[in-house]
Amino acid sequence: MAEAMGSEFSPRLAWPLAAFLTVLFAVPLMLLVGLSLQSGGGYGPGSYGLGQYAKFLTDPFSLQVLGATMRLGAEVTGVTLLLGFPLAWLHARAAPWARGLLMLVILLPLLTSVVVRTFAWIVVLGRQGIVNSALLGMGVIDTPLRLLYTEAGVVAALTQVQMPLMVLPIIAALARTGPDLPDAAGILGANAWRVFRTVTLPLALPGVIAGCLLTFTAAVTAFITQSLVGGGQMLFMPAYVLQQALALGDMPFASAISVVFLLAVLVVVAGLTVLGRRVRGYA
Amino acid sequence: MPEPPRPASRQIGWDVVTFRIVMGGLATVALVLLFAPTLVVLIVSFTSGLSLRFPPPGYSLRWYAALGDAWQLQFAAWNSLKVAAATTALSVGLGVAAALGIARSRQLSARVLDGLFMAPLVLPALAFGLAALMLFTAVGLPVSPLTLTLGHTVVCVPFVVRNTVASVQQLDPVLLEGSASLGASRWYTWRRVVLPLVRPGILAGGFICFMASFDNIPVSLFLRDAATDMLPIRMWQDLEGKLDVTIAALSGVLIVATVAAMLLMERVAGLSRRLS
Repeated sequence: MAEAMGSEFSPRLAWPLAAFLTVLFAVPLMLLVGLSLQSGGGYGPGSYGLGQYAKFLTDPFSLQVLGATMRLGAEVTGVTLLLGFPLAWLHARAAPWARGLLMLVILLPLLTSVVVRTFAWIVVLGRQGIVNSALLGMGVIDTPLRLLYTEAGVVAALTQVQMPLMVLPIIAALARTGPDLPDAAGILGANAWRVFRTVTLPLALPGVIAGCLLTFTAAVTAFITQSLVGGGQMLFMPAYVLQQALALGDMPFASAISVVFLLAVLVVVAGLTVLGRRVRGYA
Repeated sequence: MPEPPRPASRQIGWDVVTFRIVMGGLATVALVLLFAPTLVVLIVSFTSGLSLRFPPPGYSLRWYAALGDAWQLQFAAWNSLKVAAATTALSVGLGVAAALGIARSRQLSARVLDGLFMAPLVLPALAFGLAALMLFTAVGLPVSPLTLTLGHTVVCVPFVVRNTVASVQQLDPVLLEGSASLGASRWYTWRRVVLPLVRPGILAGGFICFMASFDNIPVSLFLRDAATDMLPIRMWQDLEGKLDVTIAALSGVLIVATVAAMLLMERVAGLSRRLS
């Protein structure tokens, strides 16, 4: 008893934050769900129902926005993994001094303002941007290409913006396993690709899944990058919520869109979490 | 000419060469992708021209000088700094206490609380901003710097909790028991034993919390009043309207400030070790 008192911190220390988040996070989310259940545009009592959800789920435009957002998240996660895993691998194999430098380059985008990072892509992809200048200069094209306001542009920008979220957990996973097992497999004569497929990758899978989870949730909600690089033609869920809430003032429908969006993200998060548990069981 | 067989570990076969070329190539693309946009903005910010053309027609400091007259941006930057400072203070107060409370507990309640504390990181911040606006409207609290700070704290406090929990978990319980058995009060143990050991974690968490608040747009969009212009929103709206080179100079200032703060935090808190 005396030992417990002297050496452990009281669990009650967590209560202020628990109360704070209950009032300012859980209650607002309940209000959001409550408002989304109002069927009419009005606030009158007795008009509750699933009307807003029916409106969303029967509207081809809304469904298309949801589908485009989820597809964008999947594309960004895929490209980020394809480039991020080799970068994490390079970090794990680099000399100590190079590791520090690599880490600085990886962390810099994470901590730089999102608007600044996105602005950089406007400069790179614009009509007078670096890509167009280079292609025009080499005589590959005669007129500037439209790179800004395309889905490929959004994917490229989001890949850069979210890359650290993918790379950091994989670096942690590779550091946990160390170079010994892959080296041993190599010395025993396994082909380098086979070592990667059967040793390095499976051991790093928990980090890969954690990275995919963070990258996906960040990519689908990153509406600054989505709207600045995507322009007005491409509408994704966050901007759709904003449009309905602030521009049109349709709060019940905006709430319903938010709840659908929350649920869609939660389904992906839950799926990846379950996958992560199973993978950890094998490793 | 027959060569003596070399040991298998010394042979570099085609598989190793192709593997290294593919992995190294992809990693190089990733590095260029990560670094090039920042570099391009820095170069363009020194342009002497009126557009964001790359490469610039000439170099000058005119856009940095123009920042001195950009009172709207200065006003917004000042607001963002104040809200970020208040958010960090509140987050560190609530988050460090909460982290101490749950970090060493194996009880189910601690797991549930940990889930609650991390939930704002996963859920779309924009939906939370809308929901928080509904709450403040329902209780009759008008949007102000206060509502901004409360909203920012909800989405930024997880960074403080996560980093502090990680450093408390690394704490050797023998140190606490030793301090207690030698007659130190709990407050004395906290001040002289625990705090020095978990301080880097708190600093790293507080730093990320500050940067996240300073950069927040989704929550600010709903919870600010008309008089409180926030820097990222001001920059975003300027970019939607016109592609202003002043924003490039401001970006240059922010990049340099971020790198300086990162290097400082790397020294005092080992930032990169804590993030991975």
